[in-house]
Amino acid sequence: MKLVIAIIKPFKLDEVREALSGVGVAGMTVTEVKGFGRQKGQTEIYRGAEYSTNMVPKIKIEVVCGSDMAGAVVEAIQASANTGAIGDGKIFVLDVGQAVRIRTGETDDTAL
Amino acid sequence: MKQSTKFATLGAIGVAALFAALPAWAQTPAPVPTVNKGDTAWMMTSTILVLMMILPGLALFYGGLTRSKNMLATMTQIGAVACLAMLIWVMYGYTMAFGDGGGDFISGFGKAFLKGITPDSTAATFTAGVAIPEYVFICFQMTFAAITVALVLGSVVERMKFSAVMVFGAVWLTIVYFPIAHMVWASGGLFFKMGALDFAGGTVVHINAGVSALVAALILGKRIGYPTERIVPHSLTMTGIGTGLLWVGWFGFNAGSALEANGSAALAMINTFVATASAGLFWMLAERLNGHKGSALGFCSGIVAGLVAVTPAAGNSGPFGAIILGAIASVVCFYAVSFLKPKLGYDDALDAFGVHGIGGMIGALGTGIVFAPSLGGPGKPDFDMAHQLWVQFKTVGTTIVWAAVGTVVAIYIAKAVTGLRVSPDVEREGLDLGEHGERAYN
Repeated sequence: MKLVIAIIKPFKLDEVREALSGVGVAGMTVTEVKGFGRQKGQTEIYRGAEYSTNMVPKIKIEVVCGSDMAGAVVEAIQASANTGAIGDGKIFVLDVGQAVRIRTGETDDTAL
Repeated sequence: MKQSTKFATLGAIGVAALFAALPAWAQTPAPVPTVNKGDTAWMMTSTILVLMMILPGLALFYGGLTRSKNMLATMTQIGAVACLAMLIWVMYGYTMAFGDGGGDFISGFGKAFLKGITPDSTAATFTAGVAIPEYVFICFQMTFAAITVALVLGSVVERMKFSAVMVFGAVWLTIVYFPIAHMVWASGGLFFKMGALDFAGGTVVHINAGVSALVAALILGKRIGYPTERIVPHSLTMTGIGTGLLWVGWFGFNAGSALEANGSAALAMINTFVATASAGLFWMLAERLNGHKGSALGFCSGIVAGLVAVTPAAGNSGPFGAIILGAIASVVCFYAVSFLKPKLGYDDALDAFGVHGIGGMIGALGTGIVFAPSLGGPGKPDFDMAHQLWVQFKTVGTTIVWAAVGTVVAIYIAKAVTGLRVSPDVEREGLDLGEHGERAYN
C-alpha cells in the first residue's frame, strides 16, 4: 500500500477529487495548510503599507491506495492540479505498513 | 438676552450670511417660537442615526481594523467612552457648550444637570420663530460629543488601558470638546462670532479628534512590533459593515445639523451622497495610480474621508463643489496615510489623524471656497472668499493648538492616575483577555 500526499492550490480541489474518483479512489483526507516553496509567499497592501506573507494557503490531500494504483493516482493528481504557474504544489508517495478499518477490523487492502 | 437667542444653539451654517439675511431678527421682539412636529421627528431620527454611527458603526469599523485579539477591547472602549460622554454631557457638558450664553470659550454653568429644562423648553433653529424641543437638541448634540471622543481612540487602540481610556475621555471632553463645541456652534462662541463656517462639525469633531488622536498616539508610543511585524486588519468584512453604517448614520450627522426638515437639510443630504461617492472612488483611483490594486480598505477609507470632508461643507456647498471636495480630500488622505505616516514614523493605529484630521482640515478650508455662489454654493453674491478662507484658517489653527494642548494635559492626567499603557505581556496576549477577560472569537 502507498500513501500519496499532495499539496495543491486550494481552488484545484474539486478537479483533483473528480480525477481521483475517476481512477477508482474511494476516500481521501483533506486538510487546509499553509506553507511555501518556490512561490515564496505573496504581498498584501493595507492603506499603502505592504506586508509580505511567506506562508501561502494550500490544500493537503492524503490518499492511501494499493501499490498497483499509486502510479495512476499520482498521474491523476499531477494532471488535474496543474495550472502551469508557480506554486502548483508537490506530490509525495510513501510506503504504508498497515491499514485497519475501525468498524469491522478488516485490514490492509480490504480496509481501503 | 432675548428669548429667541437665549437658547443660543445655532449650528454653524453660514452664520454671517444668515445674520445678513435676517437683519430684523435681532431688533424686533422675538416671536414665540413654534415647535414643528416634522422638524422634531427629523431631529429625533437624526439623533438616533448618529447613535448608529457609534454603536455599531464606528465599533465595527475600528474593530475590524484591529487584530482579532483586540476586537472586543476596541468595541468596548468605543461603547464605554460614548456612554461616559452621554452622562457627562447632561451633567455639565451641555451647559458648558450651549448653556446660557456666556463668553468666547464656554457658556457657563447655569444649566448644569439640565437645570430648568422641561418638555416645553425650546432651542432655536436657523429660522426665526421655528424651534425644536430643547431635550431633542440636547440629545442630538450629545451624540456628537459621544462619537468625537470615540473617534480619538482610533489612534491609541491595542495598547491603552481601559481605565486610562475612561479617565482620558472625561478630561478630554471637559477641556477640549465642550469649549470647542461652544466656540464653533454657540452664538457667543469665538469662532461663531468670527463667522466660521462649520455646518456639521468638521472643526469640532474631525480636526479636533484627528489632532488629539495624533498627539495621544505620540505620547503613548508605538505598539510592540510596529512597523516591523505583520499588524493587519483582522476583518475587513466588519470594517465594510461599519463603513456602511457610518455613511447611513452620517445623514443624521450632516442633514440633522440643519436642525429642521427643510431645504438646507436636503442640500446637506445630497452633498453627503455625492461627496462620499466621489471620495470612495478617488481613493481607489489613487491606489491604482500608485501601482496598487484598488482595495476594499481603500474604498472604505475613501468613503470615510469623503464624509469627513463634506461635514463642514454639507449645507455650505453646492453638489458639484462637494464632489470636488470629496475627491481632493480622498486623494490627500491617501497620501497622508500611505506616505506621510510611514515617513514620520508615528503609530496612528487606525489612521484617526490621517483620515479625520487631514480630511477635516481639507474640508474646513475647502468650505471657505465651495461656499462661493460662483461655484454653486449657497453664499450671498457679495461673498468674500479671501476673507472667509482667512477665517477658516484661523479657526483651524486655533482648534489644532487647543486640541493638542488639551490632549497633552488629558493624557498625562490619565497616565498619572492609571499608568496609561498596558504591560507588554497584556499587549502581546491582546487586550480582550488582558483588560476584559473575554475573547471575541471562540
